[in-house]
Amino acid sequence: MNTHQTAPFKAADYKSDITPIWCPGCGDFHVLMSITKALVALGKAPEDIAVVSGIGCSSRIPAYTNCYGFHGVHGRSLALAGGLKVARPDLTVLVMSGDGDGFSIGGNHFLHACRRNIDMTYVVMDNRVYGMTKGQPSPTTEPDWDSALSPGGTGLSPFHPLVIALASGANFVARTFSGNIKDTTNTLLEAIHHPGFSFVEILSPCVTFRPDEKEWKNTVHTASVEPTDDPARAARRIMTDDGMNTGILYRGHRKPYGTHVEDQAGDLSILEKQFEI
Amino acid sequence: MPAAENSYESISLAIIGSGGAGALTAGAIILEAAASSGWYGIMNRSVGPQIRGGEAAALVRLANHRVDCMNKEYDLLIAIDWKNAERFASEMPLAKHGLVLSDPTAGEVPTEIGGLQSNIASVAMKDLAKEIPGGRENMIAVGMAAAIIGLSLESIMDIVTAKLSKKGGEVVEAGRKCIVTGMAQVAKFTDQLKLQNPEKTDAGRWLITGNEAVGYGAVRGGIRFAAAYPITPATEVLEWLAPALSKVGGALVQAEDELSSINMIIGASFGGRASITATSGPGLALMVEALGLATASEVPIVVVDVMRGGPSTGIPTKSEQSDLNIAIHGCHGDAPHIVVAPLSVSDCIFTAQWAVYLAEAMQTAAILLSDQSLGQARVIIDKPANIAFFAKRKIYQGNREETYNRYAITADGISPMAIPGTPGGQYTADGLTHNVRGAPSSTESDHRDQHDKRERKIANFDYGDHWADIGNPDVDAGSDFTILVWGSMAGPTREAIHTLGCEGIKVKLVAMRLLAPFLKQPFLAALKGCDRTLIVEQTHSGQFHNYLRSQCDLPGEIRHFHRPGPHLIGAQEIVDQIRDWKNS
Repeated sequence: MNTHQTAPFKAADYKSDITPIWCPGCGDFHVLMSITKALVALGKAPEDIAVVSGIGCSSRIPAYTNCYGFHGVHGRSLALAGGLKVARPDLTVLVMSGDGDGFSIGGNHFLHACRRNIDMTYVVMDNRVYGMTKGQPSPTTEPDWDSALSPGGTGLSPFHPLVIALASGANFVARTFSGNIKDTTNTLLEAIHHPGFSFVEILSPCVTFRPDEKEWKNTVHTASVEPTDDPARAARRIMTDDGMNTGILYRGHRKPYGTHVEDQAGDLSILEKQFEI
Repeated sequence: MPAAENSYESISLAIIGSGGAGALTAGAIILEAAASSGWYGIMNRSVGPQIRGGEAAALVRLANHRVDCMNKEYDLLIAIDWKNAERFASEMPLAKHGLVLSDPTAGEVPTEIGGLQSNIASVAMKDLAKEIPGGRENMIAVGMAAAIIGLSLESIMDIVTAKLSKKGGEVVEAGRKCIVTGMAQVAKFTDQLKLQNPEKTDAGRWLITGNEAVGYGAVRGGIRFAAAYPITPATEVLEWLAPALSKVGGALVQAEDELSSINMIIGASFGGRASITATSGPGLALMVEALGLATASEVPIVVVDVMRGGPSTGIPTKSEQSDLNIAIHGCHGDAPHIVVAPLSVSDCIFTAQWAVYLAEAMQTAAILLSDQSLGQARVIIDKPANIAFFAKRKIYQGNREETYNRYAITADGISPMAIPGTPGGQYTADGLTHNVRGAPSSTESDHRDQHDKRERKIANFDYGDHWADIGNPDVDAGSDFTILVWGSMAGPTREAIHTLGCEGIKVKLVAMRLLAPFLKQPFLAALKGCDRTLIVEQTHSGQFHNYLRSQCDLPGEIRHFHRPGPHLIGAQEIVDQIRDWKNS
């Protein structure tokens, strides 16, 4: 790890001049800041980085960077990013999502992206609400959270993204809090460096539709234990904590999905022989 | 039409046996032996939904000239058994002179088959196979068919040896004994159904399925990435591409569903690699959302739809042309894109290659509409000519000093595309309405300008004369009728036109390869002077006819023949339509 190496690129090199649409106080501002800092530390040219997203507040991030970006359709960012990384293994690929985009409409892709273990970093900004559509419960919302769409709450158990990721084969699992920029920056950088599929859940408050989440800065706490390479132990810790435990929880050793695509015209005669009579 | 007594320029045969009996293997051996003996031919299969134990029939047509489709009537039926015959017997009516060879344990010959009682014979294929150690009844059937149509033992054994040698010399020897035994059973029929000698050809010939041809054409066009989710009857496109791509520096990824596969190819193509996926109707329905994304974000992709009976899960193993509507009109919003359709199995190569070229040149989605009748047919074709079409995107070369506008408004509507890794070319591709830079925008002028640009690049592109196959070289001027079709219906229509020509009825063909955009000017030019035009399509609702009517006023008198699957519209039905019209 060369996190302290002096990089030729500055934070400004990774930022675009587009003003974010987020509400004042949104946790995603801090996430954007942490990503920029992590990329400075990574030291790779902006044109060699791709930031891919789906739909939602958090998914607006690609255009706020000065990297190559793709703001695709709702829930499919992992699929699009996976195709990109297989076709272009030279690029560093970051995938940006939220709890609705990533765990509800994109839930199936999440499972299979963990299984497939393509070398990329998946960042989910979890605010436990659909913000862009103005406040509906997401898969991580508490069962009794009242809203116009689900009066009195959904009554459904929240989704455990970190445990699901472990059970599905993700190679790196961490949780951070958006307000802790230093910790988030370091975690993102480790996630990018770790081979295979890295999953970072960032607790990122929605101050507009979940004003109660302003309290998160007081309730998050750093994991008191070292990361493990045993998914069962990691899962047990996550299932038994209060959901506000931050830190790197799991580092696996699975071999990343391997493939390579070359840009060549190719000699097709090798394919034609099978057809010849 | 027999040229000499009991010799034919085309013979159709079916080998029938429940799944696992080896009927399809037997048919494949006969087709390959005929290929190596210089004949042309096509093999299709009629199978039920079961993986094992359902009905299965190998439908083989051999000819001394190129053939694109099956014949309506069969000259020879060999039944190892007639299980579930009620599900497929109506597909294979017997010609007047036709022979039926049936195992005595197979049960009664179904009445739908027809034919003369004197031409039905019993051969104990199963018992004969049992007498040969390692013998199998399908190899007895191969021997019988070979002897009747005039394929030599050597030509059959070359194929059998190639197919079975991996299993050891004993298996090959057992196969040979079965074939010799089968040949000996039909001595009294060997003068009834001889296939005429093949036309001489200098060009090499290939044996290929439509699904393989699509895959090969795509790779020839520059495809180097594919994402795959299995679906009948398209899976073979993907199974062919998987090893093929790895041999030419490409890759295929198996996706978790069709939502994923199409997004994967959008990602790979954004990364600069020409990319493809293949599916059938139910998968295309799932892909429609991302087709809109490819169109709006201007990322070239090719989506192959090997159509089957619909709606919903429909009839997976049977052909239809009923995905035309969703292919052209499926996307929400205004999303101009390309829809092309191959006109034969050999044309699958050209059309797939062309589709890659069009998608890449115009930076948009191209849908290729093949169908089960093309995709799963194995055909002997002339070796395809080399075609110059190769993926060629207009690429932005990069410059850190200037502002790059990914979606710049250009005269031809095509904007230079930066590929990740290019310094100064960074942009965010977006399905949101965007300005020239790619930044989200909801202003009236950005929305309109980008709409205009995307429409312009497709409307003004030079498609050459590939949009359709037109005419009939036999009757260049003054045809009595025109038949207007698209995609796979070109095959039976060509055959119908040949038959009608023999009767002195001159018919012109207009077979459309490019469905969208609709090129009004050349279309109307092709129909100029056509007084009586028959539109033929394999749909229940008449989608093609409705589409044409929505695009222009059709000249002259129009008749419309359409019906759904599962049985393919055959040449004879088209002939009947024209005869009826002539006589009315």
